[in-house]
Amino acid sequence: MADNKMLIKFFIASESIFFLMLILAYVNFKGTVVDGPTAESSLNPYVTGIFSLFLLASSLTVWLAGKSLRAQNHTMMKVWLLVTIMLGAIFIFGQGREWAGLIEQNITISRNVFGTTFFTLTGFHGFHVLIGLLMLSILLGLALFGDFKGPKSDGVEVISIYWHFVDGVWIVVYSVIYVWAFFL
Amino acid sequence: MSSRIPLVPENTEPLPSLKGNQGMLAWVSSVDHKQIGLMYLIITGVFFVIGGLEALLMRIQLAQPEMDFISPEVYNQLFTMHGTTMIFFVVMPFLIGIGVYLVPLMIGARDMAFPRLNALSFWLVVFGGILIYYSFLTQSGAPDMGWFSYAPLSEKPFSLNKGPTYWALGLLATGIGSIASGLNNIVTILTLRTAGMTMRRIPLFVWMILVTSFLIIFVFPIIASAFAMMLLDRLLDATFFTPAHGGSAILWQHFFWGFGHPEVYILILPAFGIISEVIPVFSRKPIFGYEFVAGSTVAIGLLSVGVWGHHMFAVGLGDVANLYFSLASMLIAIPTGVKVLNWIATMWGGKIIFATPMLFATAFIIEFVMGGITGVAIASAPIDWVVTDSYFIVAHFHYVLYGGSMFAIFAGIYYWFPKFTGRMMSETLGKWHFWLTVIGFNMTFFIQHFLGVMGMPRRIYTYQDFPYWGSMNLLSTIGAVVLALSVLVFMWNIHVSLRRGKKAGDNPWNAWTLEWAAASPPAVHNFDLVPPVRGRRPLWDLAHPEQPDEPNAKVVD
Ligand code: HEM
Ligand SMILES: [Cu+2]
Repeated sequence: MADNKMLIKFFIASESIFFLMLILAYVNFKGTVVDGPTAESSLNPYVTGIFSLFLLASSLTVWLAGKSLRAQNHTMMKVWLLVTIMLGAIFIFGQGREWAGLIEQNITISRNVFGTTFFTLTGFHGFHVLIGLLMLSILLGLALFGDFKGPKSDGVEVISIYWHFVDGVWIVVYSVIYVWAFFL
Repeated sequence: MSSRIPLVPENTEPLPSLKGNQGMLAWVSSVDHKQIGLMYLIITGVFFVIGGLEALLMRIQLAQPEMDFISPEVYNQLFTMHGTTMIFFVVMPFLIGIGVYLVPLMIGARDMAFPRLNALSFWLVVFGGILIYYSFLTQSGAPDMGWFSYAPLSEKPFSLNKGPTYWALGLLATGIGSIASGLNNIVTILTLRTAGMTMRRIPLFVWMILVTSFLIIFVFPIIASAFAMMLLDRLLDATFFTPAHGGSAILWQHFFWGFGHPEVYILILPAFGIISEVIPVFSRKPIFGYEFVAGSTVAIGLLSVGVWGHHMFAVGLGDVANLYFSLASMLIAIPTGVKVLNWIATMWGGKIIFATPMLFATAFIIEFVMGGITGVAIASAPIDWVVTDSYFIVAHFHYVLYGGSMFAIFAGIYYWFPKFTGRMMSETLGKWHFWLTVIGFNMTFFIQHFLGVMGMPRRIYTYQDFPYWGSMNLLSTIGAVVLALSVLVFMWNIHVSLRRGKKAGDNPWNAWTLEWAAASPPAVHNFDLVPPVRGRRPLWDLAHPEQPDEPNAKVVD
């Protein structure tokens, strides 16, 4: 059935609007901060950039997992799923580290509009990554019990579409927050 | 379908019978679109009574100047809960629910594309409603900041009570349910149509549900993100909408109405769909200009996302923005007017049968046009500046919401009740209900146009004894009592018709769309055999093989 893939695509369209609003809120308040921290004064684009590479790489590995599925290479599919989960987890670790660093300097969601919009936007993205990791883990678990022998599986394909989306959102978020603040 | 092991009791008898089905658990655990559809209708009926009682309390308080029947605090809670209930827990879930029941039948499908998701949508709406109403039990009472919850009133320190938090949480849950049902409808309509049921042949009701579903999946995320921000403000002291801390109260307005205006089309498009089914059947003519009705709906859907600013003329957005939002809003009157012309042209020269569904459908056109005219008027910024936040606005939106959506909902109930239950509703009681509704409704709300122009603000718990205000408000309150009476007649009608209504048979109205080919109530699996579809009116083609709608249509089986 093509239904599942159609569902996830429309779902992603819907989710895109959700993120668009969070981004609009960030953009709306960018440059309005009169005192307190801003992106420029408190973020490190290089460290976050490196952690971002892990997330980007995970898009590639989830694609490879799908490719292994189509080739009915069960072992490699499991390996690529595991690698994807690890890469995603590293990204989340990086985000946790960044958040902890900011909170240590008393930069929080209630500090000013930068804090508010930054933590909300990256928080909702991180939440989506966590959901993705959960779903990928379920996939891996089921695969370990012998599911998904290929060549087709809506489960694997739908979750990988979602994972690409989460990745794509991050590219936009990184551009809006970090690239805009430091490289433009 | 793959083999599946039922984990929960499944129905063996057609719904809504509880006989032979395994009682409540079969309902609670159901994933059947008809059963879920009926649950939507029941739950919205309950909310309609609650929302109506809240309205009645307000009207009693307003019956005379300077009354103290209810306190200002409670009055604020009442109008907030009344508006929220009627919009999010009555009209919207009713239309979604009747869609869930009818769409699979109308396109010849066995069920929705995702039956479990369908159940999830329904239960999210129910739990959202419970969450919001639970706030009455908290120490500080229900939300009291109006149904559009303007910041900074909805924020700390102006609302330290928990009401607004429950409000946002409940609506967030309901909204996620609505998004899921929108997704479900889209996939169902795009992929599960029976052979021959092309997009140019689906009933107009299905078209309206499709466009509505697209609106839902694209605008509910807007409000979901705004609710999330509001909750973060309230719970974690974020500063999105608090100007004192660098936030922006206007941003809330943009977000809310960016959703809110398309929302009013979510509340009216499926109602248009009901009217577009009822009018042809009771005029004994096919709909006039099918393409125009469908096409103009798509146009409305697209335009509706670009006009939110007409709710914000009083903010001072600037001349350019005001001009744009005025003109764009007026533009929507064109595709809407097209539909009205289509309905009238369908009735023109038809053999009109004024059964109760048709009475409500005809009155719908009149009352809705009335609300549309005041709507075009207040789309003009200078006029809006005069009447905004007055009873003129209250009159306007009740004409489109009650005179529009609710009248269509009643038309739909009288029309499809035989299909849902296998029994006809009483025509005598139906006519009583109809006339009491028309009289009560116009009596309550028409006068409010004048009250508004005379300067009576909305959302006030009482008023001074200005000339005529007392008697005009009294008239309005008497109208509300008549309206309450009409609802009682309606409920009585349902009660007696369920038990003693005339047996309906499969197709009591001689209608033409596929749902009437199924039994009444439909078998658990809907159709034994879906009739062939070679045109827009499959049952007409079946009954008149010599005179098909599309003589040259290819036969697909
Ligand atoms: C049953 C008959 C109804 C009566 C007697 C009634 C009466 C009222 C009254 C007295 C108010 C408060 C006006 C004010 O103080 O500003 C009000 C507000 C409102 N009503 Fe109704 N109403 C009815 C049905 C409906 C329906 C069916 C809908 C929607 C589908 C609806 C939507 C609203 C909304 C959105 C508000 C604004 C609430 C706010 O200001 O936040 N009403 N209504
Ligand atoms: Cu509007």
